[in-house]
Amino acid sequence: MPPSLNSPMDILLSYAFMQRAFLAGFLISLTCAILGVFLVLRRDAMIGHGLAHVTFGGVALGIFLYVAPILMALGVAVVSALGILKLKERAGLYGDTAIGIISSLGMALGIILVSAAGSYNVDLFGYLFGNILAIDPVEVWMSFILALAVLSAVAIFYQEFVFLTFDSESAKVSGVRVKRLDALMGMLTAVTVVLGMKVVGILLVSALLVIPAAASLQVARSFKEAMLISAALAGMAAFCGLVAAFYLDWPSSGTIVSISGVFFLIFYLIRLRCKSPKGGQNVPGSPTDLIKLGE
Amino acid sequence: MFNNDPLIFVENVSFGFQGLEVLRGVSFVLYRGDFMALIGPNGSGKTTLIRIILGILKPSHGRVVLMGQEVDQFNQWQRIGYVPQKATHLDPYFPASVREVVALGLLSGKRFPRLITHQDEAAIERALEQVDMKQLKNRRIGELSGGQQQRVFIARAIVNGPDVLFLDEPTAGVDAETHARFYDMLAELNRNKGLAIALITHDFGIITKHVNKVACLNQRLFFHGTHEEFCSSEVVQELLRGEHHLVCHRH
Repeated sequence: MPPSLNSPMDILLSYAFMQRAFLAGFLISLTCAILGVFLVLRRDAMIGHGLAHVTFGGVALGIFLYVAPILMALGVAVVSALGILKLKERAGLYGDTAIGIISSLGMALGIILVSAAGSYNVDLFGYLFGNILAIDPVEVWMSFILALAVLSAVAIFYQEFVFLTFDSESAKVSGVRVKRLDALMGMLTAVTVVLGMKVVGILLVSALLVIPAAASLQVARSFKEAMLISAALAGMAAFCGLVAAFYLDWPSSGTIVSISGVFFLIFYLIRLRCKSPKGGQNVPGSPTDLIKLGE
Repeated sequence: MFNNDPLIFVENVSFGFQGLEVLRGVSFVLYRGDFMALIGPNGSGKTTLIRIILGILKPSHGRVVLMGQEVDQFNQWQRIGYVPQKATHLDPYFPASVREVVALGLLSGKRFPRLITHQDEAAIERALEQVDMKQLKNRRIGELSGGQQQRVFIARAIVNGPDVLFLDEPTAGVDAETHARFYDMLAELNRNKGLAIALITHDFGIITKHVNKVACLNQRLFFHGTHEEFCSSEVVQELLRGEHHLVCHRH
């Protein structure tokens, strides 16, 4: 006799499309959150936003050339990430200026190509706003492989990325190949943005990179702790967002990002409370604690 | 007792930036056991010189040899420790514990994949002990005072047991008591371990108390000699233009 579907979760997970959405959403959110900690601390949070705009150009190019848009977006995003780095280095531009130039050119290219292809249609709407509920098994596998590649690269180069993020000049003097690692970080970000596009869409993908990381940084006391908290928050946001979207019939992308925003607010308030001289518990090592150390 | 081993050899180094001459024909040698102060007015090229020695910038002319290897080919970075000027401008919310920061210094001695193992813990503990920061190893770096942070950065710089330590104004913004303790600690490392130290400073008190060599820079090297020679040098007195009064005796 088949088990009865009693709980709301049972009902939810009885749908194959929801199983795929949970799996892909969790994996991709986790990847974004872990990489996001590095990006936020490197003051590179906007690179996700910029590459997302470029990704629109890649999707449009794919539609125009009848090539899988996600693969084309991946190629364009990786090349653009490297282009941003080169522009910063060769033209001596500030990072946000280089991101602004490349991202608006990518977006402009996308608008022209979409117009030329006559494809202002539902497909494009899905890329802009995300539609994880429509993710197919091949895309789940692709997400799994790409997420695994990004997480493996972060694990292998973890110490070097931390050093680069903390103090790139000292990292260089320690023999860390700063330029190569910058390029690798850019490429990983590009891959992650393309992955995130499927979950929340081009317009909101930078939120997956920035918000869980920013929330974790309100309370984390070590780098590993920041990554763990960020990953946990992103996973919970993806889970809660999908459940809420299913039962309330809300768009999943907006719901996931909004829940991330609520987590950020909670963690920000926790930090404020911990620092408050009244009512709050003093965090070990806070300014008042340092007075006790006599320094 | 250490002064026979040349560690850093700088020969006729010049550097220009956007048409401006920053350094001109700078040459000097740093030996094992030297404690050298690099002094000069703001904009005299002190930080640029250190960055050239460390291979961060390329000189427009001249060469730098580190422990017998041209800086371009140098691969023994674990023998060099560096505390940059901006270490004093740390992001207070950076989520790294003291232990994690010191562990980063170990990467220079590792090959791919550069991972910190349990065997490295002893070196981290030792370095923290040397700077008297072991008890705070699990604190977040941003929670420490400026003086404590500087000691952590020194620990990161010495965790591999380097032969040379470069410091760029390490006590800017640090209170007087911490300042004195910090330099006493450096002097001890120099005396006991033979660690060569090159220190950018504007603090003439340090020169009179601790260093045994002085290099005076203002685009070109005006003076390079011992502490005693420095005290009696007319060129240096002229350069200081009466801004400082030097008390040149050791207590």
